[in-house]
Amino acid sequence: MRFVNVRSAALATAISLGLAATALTGAALAASHARTDIIFGLVLEPPHLDPTASAAAAIDEVVYANVFEGLTRINRNGAVKPALAESWEVSEDGKTYTFKLRTGVKFHDGADFTADDVKFSLDRARAEDSVNAQKGLFKAIEAVEVVDDATVRVTLSSPAGNFLFNMGWGDAIIVDPASAESNQSNPVGTGPFKFSNWAKGSAIELVRNEGYWGDAVALTKATFRIIPDPAAAVAALLAEDVDAFANVPSPEAIPQFQADPRFTVVVGSTEGETILSINNKQPPFDDVRVRRAIAHAIDRQAIIDGAMFGLGTPIGTHFAPHHPAYEDLIDTYPRDLDKARALLAEAGHADGFKATLRLPPPSYARRGGEIIAASLREIGIELEIIPVEWAQWLEQAFRGKDYDLTMVSHTEPQDIGIYANPDYYFQYDSKPFQDTIAELNVTVDAEARYELMRKAQRIITEDAVNGYLFQLAKAGVWNAKLRGLWENSPVQANDLTEVHWAE
Amino acid sequence: MSLDGPALAPAPERENWRHFAAKAMGNRSFVIGGLITAIVAAMALGSYGWTPHDVTDLDVASRLKKPSNLFWFGTDHFGRDIFSMIMVGARNSIAVALIAVGIGVVIGVPLGTLAAARRGAVDEVLMRFNDLVFAFPALLSAVMITAIFGPGAVNAIIAIGIFNIPVFARVARGAALAIWPREFIMAAQVAGKGMIRITIEHILPNIANILLVQATIQFSLGILAEAGLSYVGLGTQPPWPSWGRMLFEAQTMMSFAPHMAIFPGLAIVITVLGLNLLGDGLRDVLDPRLRRER
Repeated sequence: MRFVNVRSAALATAISLGLAATALTGAALAASHARTDIIFGLVLEPPHLDPTASAAAAIDEVVYANVFEGLTRINRNGAVKPALAESWEVSEDGKTYTFKLRTGVKFHDGADFTADDVKFSLDRARAEDSVNAQKGLFKAIEAVEVVDDATVRVTLSSPAGNFLFNMGWGDAIIVDPASAESNQSNPVGTGPFKFSNWAKGSAIELVRNEGYWGDAVALTKATFRIIPDPAAAVAALLAEDVDAFANVPSPEAIPQFQADPRFTVVVGSTEGETILSINNKQPPFDDVRVRRAIAHAIDRQAIIDGAMFGLGTPIGTHFAPHHPAYEDLIDTYPRDLDKARALLAEAGHADGFKATLRLPPPSYARRGGEIIAASLREIGIELEIIPVEWAQWLEQAFRGKDYDLTMVSHTEPQDIGIYANPDYYFQYDSKPFQDTIAELNVTVDAEARYELMRKAQRIITEDAVNGYLFQLAKAGVWNAKLRGLWENSPVQANDLTEVHWAE
Repeated sequence: MSLDGPALAPAPERENWRHFAAKAMGNRSFVIGGLITAIVAAMALGSYGWTPHDVTDLDVASRLKKPSNLFWFGTDHFGRDIFSMIMVGARNSIAVALIAVGIGVVIGVPLGTLAAARRGAVDEVLMRFNDLVFAFPALLSAVMITAIFGPGAVNAIIAIGIFNIPVFARVARGAALAIWPREFIMAAQVAGKGMIRITIEHILPNIANILLVQATIQFSLGILAEAGLSYVGLGTQPPWPSWGRMLFEAQTMMSFAPHMAIFPGLAIVITVLGLNLLGDGLRDVLDPRLRRER
């Protein structure tokens, strides 16, 4: 894990503060004058609070690791750690995982956590009628057996190299059968925080779970305040109405916070590949020449500078640049307007055409979209910009596949597998790619996996499935006295388990 | 003997025009307001032929430049020239406000004059319906309309236009009611003219002054409403610039690029001020009875 676009001063500050914090933690907690609550800023309000029933990142940003836990968890460095599974054994052939579960764990409503809950949760997620947004995570599972109350055996149809990582996703959290249906409005998990209240449109409150099985957390109360407006977010931070924003929605405000000693600014990496999504089944975008023309017309640096004020790393494919398997394909389609026009002409659109560009609310999309529209206008593609709200976007573009172009950041980790699903909203249907992912899913050897990941990246770039723009940076700003927040976002989460206030 | 004709309905003649012009030139509000409005209108018209830079041309390398010889009002976060955007934005503001006022006049005035002519139940029904529309806060309802039918200049025009209808209906009715009992109307009735003909030939020319003043004021409100709708993202969509959206985009950058907010803000203030002054002046010039004591 490394920082992307680190402002060295900020990093140095963060590290030294971090070290100081470690040394001071004991003393500070002993003195106990420090605050024990946090008000965390959220840009997007979650549609509901059940991570097993929606793709919305905002859900995980509230409940992941705080309210809900899975068998495994992803830590701040992107590593797989034990959670509800204390330990596990993998059979020789890589097809059988035996999870040893923690005992004495209780759900927030008092129900005991047992192996039956694990079986229920995994079976529910992979069921035919499951509403899980990431069913692919569970595809390899053939059977889930309860060995005893504290042991679960999961049999896979073929070895899956990523299985333990997959089980750490928010979509794979363990729920209690009794409360599974009501988790959307009243989430009941096993985590260190309990759901307390949700004032729709305003704030979500969590309180400490005193009966937590693991190390007690320092915070007694966490409030996620929803502030969709970037200017209001900046103002709320400056006024200290909120203590932290994992990712400040207006990158232009970062220098201001860096200059203010009240704040810690950490520019880290995220798993957010920001792309110009193209509806691959919608003419004329079903023609690879048109998509390549778009790729040649896009000006990544202009988007990063103009929309993100320089925060972000250009990408040439759907993969995080800080990942060891990343393949640098940025130069596959250098900005070349003549070539783009030639490709369009070859595809029979010498005079260009009209299309729509739907832009969800985040500033990277609204601003970036304007730059893309200007770039494509240069090759004769007139884009009508349609601003949409998230609910509309999820309904029309994501679920309804009713769009030409849209711009969005895909924040799930290592999610290149979504291209293997022809029903995903890109509607990209490629046998070679699907075969590559199928092979990847059954490959366990790390080096061989990386090679397949690189191959997958090359295929989608070759097909110019989407316009690959930049890796979203995480411009975290929080109160300088806060410790323990994540610098990077290996998964979409605001893990509060290690957060505490320095004296 | 014919009873109709201009002899009975007092209509301005050449002498009157000269008199009017002299009075207008002596009215400070009218002159200043007219001047400002003319400059804004000239900017809007001029933008069809020439702007210092292309407003759809994003030059990210020269973003957030301070005002200079090259960029008179500086550049925004995409490197667009703010002066050019204000010129084109003026076109957009004026077009939206003008058409919206047009909708109000074309629908509202006939309704108002009809109510005044018919009285009774028709009047009652029309005016109560009028009150109903009037009771909604105009901008809020405009937001609702654009939220339902989608953002865009056309929907903004319709939304603002709908709320101009009751304004004009009410003004037209009130003014027409004052004209109906006058002797020359009775004379026209005696001559056998119908209600519609009397309204067109005698009522409208006599209430035109008041309508014109009202139109000027509604025009400035229309510009404000368009800016407000664009500010919340429901007005004119990119790439076409709009003063309201320019303000919105500037708001997170005010601390380091204040020129992005100052110039569109000034453009709105000055335009609205100019139109209000013009409206005041027109009222003073056209209708001496309403003149404030000075």
